[in-house]
Amino acid sequence: MKTKNNYKYIAFVLLLIPGLVSAAELNQANTAWILTSTALVLFMTIPGLSLFYAGLVRSKNVLSVLMQCFAITCMVSILWLAGAYSLIFSDGGNMQKYLGGMSKAFLPDISTTSLTGDIPETVYFMFQMTFAIITPALIVGAFAERMRFSAMLWFSGLWLCLVYVPICHWVWGSGWLASLGVMDFAGGIVIHINAGVAALVSALVIGKRKGFPTTAMPPHNMTMVVTGAGMLWVGWFGFNAGSTLTSDGRAGMAMLVTHIGASAGALTWMFIEWKRFGKPSVLGIVTGMVAGLGTITPASGFVGPVGALVIGVTAGIVCFYATQVIKRKLIIDDSLDVFPVHGIGGITGSLLTGVFAEASLGGIGLADGVTIGHQVGVQALAIIVTIAWSVTFTYLILKGLDSCIGLRVTSDEEVQGLDQVLHEETGYLDI
Amino acid sequence: MKLITAIIKPFKMDDVREALSEIGVAGVTATEVKGFGRQKGHTELYRGAEYVVDFLPKVKLEIAVSDDVVDKAVETIVKAANTGKIGDGKIFVTNLEQVIRIRTGETGEDAI
Repeated sequence: MKTKNNYKYIAFVLLLIPGLVSAAELNQANTAWILTSTALVLFMTIPGLSLFYAGLVRSKNVLSVLMQCFAITCMVSILWLAGAYSLIFSDGGNMQKYLGGMSKAFLPDISTTSLTGDIPETVYFMFQMTFAIITPALIVGAFAERMRFSAMLWFSGLWLCLVYVPICHWVWGSGWLASLGVMDFAGGIVIHINAGVAALVSALVIGKRKGFPTTAMPPHNMTMVVTGAGMLWVGWFGFNAGSTLTSDGRAGMAMLVTHIGASAGALTWMFIEWKRFGKPSVLGIVTGMVAGLGTITPASGFVGPVGALVIGVTAGIVCFYATQVIKRKLIIDDSLDVFPVHGIGGITGSLLTGVFAEASLGGIGLADGVTIGHQVGVQALAIIVTIAWSVTFTYLILKGLDSCIGLRVTSDEEVQGLDQVLHEETGYLDI
Repeated sequence: MKLITAIIKPFKMDDVREALSEIGVAGVTATEVKGFGRQKGHTELYRGAEYVVDFLPKVKLEIAVSDDVVDKAVETIVKAANTGKIGDGKIFVTNLEQVIRIRTGETGEDAI
């Protein structure tokens, strides 16, 4: 109590000095950084991920992928306002362990002076929203080139409400996984495992693209892929270093380990391909980068630079082999390899977070009395719960939609390409 | 009059064009084409998935010339487009019935 009163007194004195502090508890440095981070994370989806995915598909489907990412961005934003934000971050009363309440639906009480912590609630709302946008957008890569647009919209909206909202609440909204002490700094569990698993289920339920795996389906524009990948890397600084919600040394450390994770993952994937196939490929190095970033994400606020190096290298190895197994052994058409990169990367990173957060391994330290073994156990539990929930509800949503409106375009439409069939447009004009 | 159709490696196009200009050939039409001959295709790997690319990119040049220039033009193209490696391409020479310059209505060799 005393401390708080003193703090208020100091704040009052500071208020008398013009320009130093503008409001009692608002931190302008933090606010400025989270405003910036919000823009960076939105930039990851549009246009970062959109271009990354659009370059990987065939030219007849380039617009369909761009359109899906764009429409998801718009739709999730409205759903976020309509109640998703509230169900995650407002008090759920008796149900708080499992779900928040609806008191913040449409933000009835918000004003320019409302605060969450020491940043404006408007900024907090927007920052968290950009994470909710990219998660369903990641899944697009699994069912690309064959899903009906209306089915994609229904799926993304329902998936946000039934899968993202509860899991995000459990981990970040003071839900039951948070009380168990799960460590997911910027979304290894909430975002990457969640979306990765949903991607695998989507690929299995909707089925292979016509001609897979015998017909060649190479990326139609690798320069677009690399452009998008570079934007993802830059945007990821907002994703991870913004997740401290502060503009300080911890954010700086999160940025540092994010960068090391990305670089290590990229080089590892490149060297494995070089050794195994004889050439270092451009797609290989950028895929390794995404794997490194996805894997460092849950750990980014907890580990040190050496931990990040180990996590990045592990990401490159594990995700590379996972991709080979899914595509070539199991012949599953997770078209843009969402599960092996994000799902497997997320699982790897979330487990390793429990190890490298330990102070003796360069991390910020586990909670008092918590051992590495215990923490890894909690991480594993959260991972299993997330996988089970995501698999179940993704499957139910897709099966339900398939029987109501149908998931796939017809075989002829698939051959013609989604751009013309679904949008009556083409990405590239000939004479 | 003859029509020379030359299929060459894309990166040799500038060399061929310059060489033809030097011997006074005034007009060339170029098209990007794809095809295969003895060179066959190659394979590409994307995240470990291997694709066989059968058709390779080439440039097709079409040149209309008068009979007395044909041999010189063909010789020039062969010299400029040759790398000595498989996949250098081919030249086809066919008879040309008529040539008309659209702007003036000139016909025959006057229109070349």
